[in-house]
Amino acid sequence: MEKLIEKGLLVIAYSSIAILFIITFFIFKEGLPFIFREGLGTILGGVEWRPTKGEFGILPMVVGSLLVTGGALVIGVPLGLSCAVFLVEFSKPKVRRILKPAIELLAGIPSVVYGFLGVILLVPLIRVHLGGPGLSLLAGSIILGIMILPTIISISIDVLEAVPQSYREGSIALGATTTQTVSMVVLKAARSGIVTAVILGMGRAIGETMAVIMVTGNAVAFPGSILDSIRTLTSNIGIELAYASGDHQEALFATGVVLFVMIMVLNLVASMTRKKRIR
Amino acid sequence: MEKIRVKGFGFAYQGGSVALENINLSVMRNEILGIMGPAQSGKSTLLRCLNRMVDALPGTSRKGSITLDGADIFSGEIDPDDLRRRVGMVFDVPVPLPRSIYENVAYGPKLHGVRGRKKLDELVEFGLRSAILWDEVKDRLGTSALRLSGGQQQRLCIARTLALDPEVILLDEPCSGLDPISTLKIEEALSELKSKYTIIIVTNNTKQAARVSDKAAYFLMGELVEYGRTKQIFTVPRDRRTDDYISGRFG
Repeated sequence: MEKLIEKGLLVIAYSSIAILFIITFFIFKEGLPFIFREGLGTILGGVEWRPTKGEFGILPMVVGSLLVTGGALVIGVPLGLSCAVFLVEFSKPKVRRILKPAIELLAGIPSVVYGFLGVILLVPLIRVHLGGPGLSLLAGSIILGIMILPTIISISIDVLEAVPQSYREGSIALGATTTQTVSMVVLKAARSGIVTAVILGMGRAIGETMAVIMVTGNAVAFPGSILDSIRTLTSNIGIELAYASGDHQEALFATGVVLFVMIMVLNLVASMTRKKRIR
Repeated sequence: MEKIRVKGFGFAYQGGSVALENINLSVMRNEILGIMGPAQSGKSTLLRCLNRMVDALPGTSRKGSITLDGADIFSGEIDPDDLRRRVGMVFDVPVPLPRSIYENVAYGPKLHGVRGRKKLDELVEFGLRSAILWDEVKDRLGTSALRLSGGQQQRLCIARTLALDPEVILLDEPCSGLDPISTLKIEEALSELKSKYTIIIVTNNTKQAARVSDKAAYFLMGELVEYGRTKQIFTVPRDRRTDDYISGRFG
């Protein structure tokens, strides 16, 4: 019996890893031949995306993905980090016990709901007060900035809590105020952990699809300002895969390969900084 | 001249657990007071009251007063951050900040507005020399303080307290985790520092109290059992409990 359970669990464990490999293999199998045929340079460097005419440049979308992710970080990191600092260093433990789970609940809200809120509330606000179509890089950045908050806040809280209390005491005993202690000692000691939090938030932002499709307008072009419409790599796949076929479909898989590699690199960097911290 | 006076002082932690009850003692300038006592006797609590490190704890209560140069430290006139500069503290476990040796010592002065490389260099050298650490680290001020040995780390903590030019230095079992040679070095540093500062040292080691202190106090369960000249306490203690403790018959 014992043996049987062990074997069963082994199979289950391996199959989940197998699924990961199958997905990876499939994306690359579908995408790589196309990349080799067209040339990585023409795909990554091309600015025109006209699948019906055989033009498959995804540069505007790479730029779109990077811009909207950068924008999300500009909004999400200062907010999230200040929130974590407040909860760990300034609030009463009771407040933290209530607020932390509440913030983590934010992560459980489906992205389509974020997108819906964006379309109903945010987009009209931008259109009326700032101009442009409203469906824009700015709207995408704000929605994504909010969506990465739970990731950044909850990891930052863990990291800040892991900073030894004795560091704080040592600093306070030298006559530092709480604010000085936080900015000069605690944040420095937690630096690599906070970098990890930011990179994981970034991974979430760059991979997000639904909310981004709903609020960014999806125009394939380089944005002239933050009020212009953009399309990301994820949106491109999400919008077109349903009806694409032949070369077009392969091009979308190639888009997937590019996205996959970008996210892999981010995760790699994240785990490297984490290992550094343990050492 | 009287530097610190503790008068009718009592202190309780959250939930009303009494840590100190009706403590009366005074410390003269340029004097070392050694505080002895078993665990839970309230000696560390008293130290943490003297520079208001207890402020951060919720739900505490206190009675009586503590004065520094005649001014009540818990009154509104005294800013706790300024008090902690004047009354420096060294903890039982050395906790250098995760930075270079230089940065550790320069941290305090920088907090209090000292600018300029030259001035900071001087303060760092002064602190390290006073803590008898300078010769061992002068060629590697830029390396991480975490690479120092335990005894060196503790002297570094003393150095960074001294760089603030304090008036009083509180030491909470500063040698508890150190080997005899490191302990000796710290005791040497203390007897040199006495000429400039007022020092209060909490120690589990009665022999250490006998070696370094001018006056000694024996605490037991939050009560000040005996307080007087170190010589008198170690030769003719007035209270039997003190006698039991210093001669090792305690418990």
